[in-house]
Amino acid sequence: MSQFIQQAIDSKSQNTLAWLSDAAKASNTDLSAHVFPTRKTESWKYTSLRALENGGYAPLSSVNTDVDAVLNAAKEDLNIHDVTSFNIVFIDGVFCEKASAAFSDINQSGAQLVLFSQASDAEQADIKALLSQKISHKKHVFASLNTFLINEGVFLRVPKNTHCKTPIRIVHINTQHENAYSTQARALVSVETGAQATVIEQFLTVGEKVDTFVNAVSEFLIADNAKLIHYRFQQEQEDTIHIGALHFELQRHSQLDSFHLALGGKIKRVDIDTHFNGEGGESKINGIYLPKHDQHIDYHTCTEHRVPHCVSAESFRGIIGDSAQAVFNGRIHIYPDAQKTLAELSNKNLLLSDKAQINTKPELEIYADDVKCAHGATVAQLNDASLHYMTTRGIGKKEAKVMLSFGFINELLNEIESDALATYLRPLLTTVFAKSPDLIRHLT
Amino acid sequence: MLTIDNLSAKVEDKDILKGLNITVNPGEVHAIMGPNGAGKSTLGHVLAGREGYEVTGGSATLLGKDILDLEAYERAREGIFLAFQYPVEIPGVSNMEFLKASVDAVREHQGLPAYDSITFLKLAREKCALVNLKPEFLKRGVNEGFSGGEKKRNELMQMMLLEPKLCILDETDSGLDIDALQVVADGVNALRSPDRSFIVVTHYQRLLDYIEPDFVHVLADGKIVKSGDKSLALELEEKGYGWLNDEVA
Repeated sequence: MSQFIQQAIDSKSQNTLAWLSDAAKASNTDLSAHVFPTRKTESWKYTSLRALENGGYAPLSSVNTDVDAVLNAAKEDLNIHDVTSFNIVFIDGVFCEKASAAFSDINQSGAQLVLFSQASDAEQADIKALLSQKISHKKHVFASLNTFLINEGVFLRVPKNTHCKTPIRIVHINTQHENAYSTQARALVSVETGAQATVIEQFLTVGEKVDTFVNAVSEFLIADNAKLIHYRFQQEQEDTIHIGALHFELQRHSQLDSFHLALGGKIKRVDIDTHFNGEGGESKINGIYLPKHDQHIDYHTCTEHRVPHCVSAESFRGIIGDSAQAVFNGRIHIYPDAQKTLAELSNKNLLLSDKAQINTKPELEIYADDVKCAHGATVAQLNDASLHYMTTRGIGKKEAKVMLSFGFINELLNEIESDALATYLRPLLTTVFAKSPDLIRHLT
Repeated sequence: MLTIDNLSAKVEDKDILKGLNITVNPGEVHAIMGPNGAGKSTLGHVLAGREGYEVTGGSATLLGKDILDLEAYERAREGIFLAFQYPVEIPGVSNMEFLKASVDAVREHQGLPAYDSITFLKLAREKCALVNLKPEFLKRGVNEGFSGGEKKRNELMQMMLLEPKLCILDETDSGLDIDALQVVADGVNALRSPDRSFIVVTHYQRLLDYIEPDFVHVLADGKIVKSGDKSLALELEEKGYGWLNDEVA
């Protein structure tokens, strides 16, 4: 076992959830069997974890007590214009009641939301029945770690045929501390038969240098005829390490619309697994990543078409600046029984400097013969014809380049279900790659 | 307005323009016709400043100012507008953002105040109506998914907003049906003024029924081989371009 894992195991506090001890035990067994990923591990070939191993990340011994200051610093991202949502806020991994919606209000809207630490016996039984059932712990060492260390989490159940109109937003704010530290984030969402819900996961930091390791695991179980709209924004600043595992389980005729954003960090790695377990399921997963400086972002997606007649569409776009690095690995796996599958995967990248790097690999594994699949990855500079066209209209070259770069990702923003969220994200994204405010003045 | 003197240019080591002369006075409309491959589109691109088009000799001045050393965006700000034969699609950049950036840049250069967003939106909607485009087109990506005719009308709308001194229309009639052609021609005619000039590049005489030129030039093998008034266009329509080769030879 690696030293990192051993230290993490040793750090487990006594104050954890006794009723989840079976799950913790099982993941402990997984952890013991795990070989810690290195560059020789295929799925970690382009992402080094050395900064994580050497970073001295340990659980916090004291929490941030200046809650008001934290909330005030994060207010622009907490209060999104024209977005009404039930917020569940965690600061440094600890639930913040003050900034969160009243659970009674949430429950009145039809959804049932509870924290693991506050779950009743019946809710504990529900959580135990669903938690970690579908995640491949062999594949995801950090998910095992998360399960082993679990002491808090959000359980959202959207009961049968309930349309939960107000989005549920789970916000994790990590703040600056003297020493490097780690936090775990866990969400379990069950959208039951015929139900519909919107879930926003948002990761923020407050402080100049937030040297933290966020280990986040989210599971989404989407039952027959159910629909989930999902957003996941990783907005933590660049000293942060974020490793996330997402698991979507789609049953018969269910729908998933999921949008991802990652702004750069020291290491940001997200694994998105989508499993079709019932015929007629549909998924759309889009994402944008924008690393700059010497940041590193890695998305690994895997779509498992186990059954016939499902449709998956996936499009990720990245703009990589300075000497930043990005990794995209998109896998589509079509089982022998999954006839009439439609699967599309596209990954497009813009490199803004000679030192910027992208390692992109679409992977198709097809064992059925009557399917339609399209996949492609591109790496390009800005289009000369577009640039020329803009300059013949008087727009300066630098501004034209910024507008074109923005246009490249804005195509995906335009597809976002919520206009208000797209409006929130646009200025956030423009400032990422425009070094001067003059150059983004025409982007709204 | 525009004086082109003995202009030569090449593209990828191939000489296209070979000593071309034209003088366009303020308020005039000059049509440039000619067979395929004569260099008609090249002339437009050379004047607008496209990279990869290398000027090997001669000069071009706009109101006495040498334009050949200027970058494309500087020429646009000086008042040159090229309506593209194939307008470029720019997905993700909204037409409105694009138009505002363009108009702001040109007005700023001319020392005029920038329009505020509300005034500009109103103005853009007016121009949309004039070229018979629905206002929704302002929200869409630049030319994204526009039909051929919509793209040409979008070019015309840009021209109306930018109010250039010299408008170059490159095969603006190609791909337009009669109704769309009428809309475009009406737009161009409305822009005609004593201090604005036009160069209308076209393969067919049809457009010139709607936009009446003061002069017609025939461009062949990189040079103007014949100039005349609008009746020349009719003659070309009737006889084709073949007889010119005989005449020049």
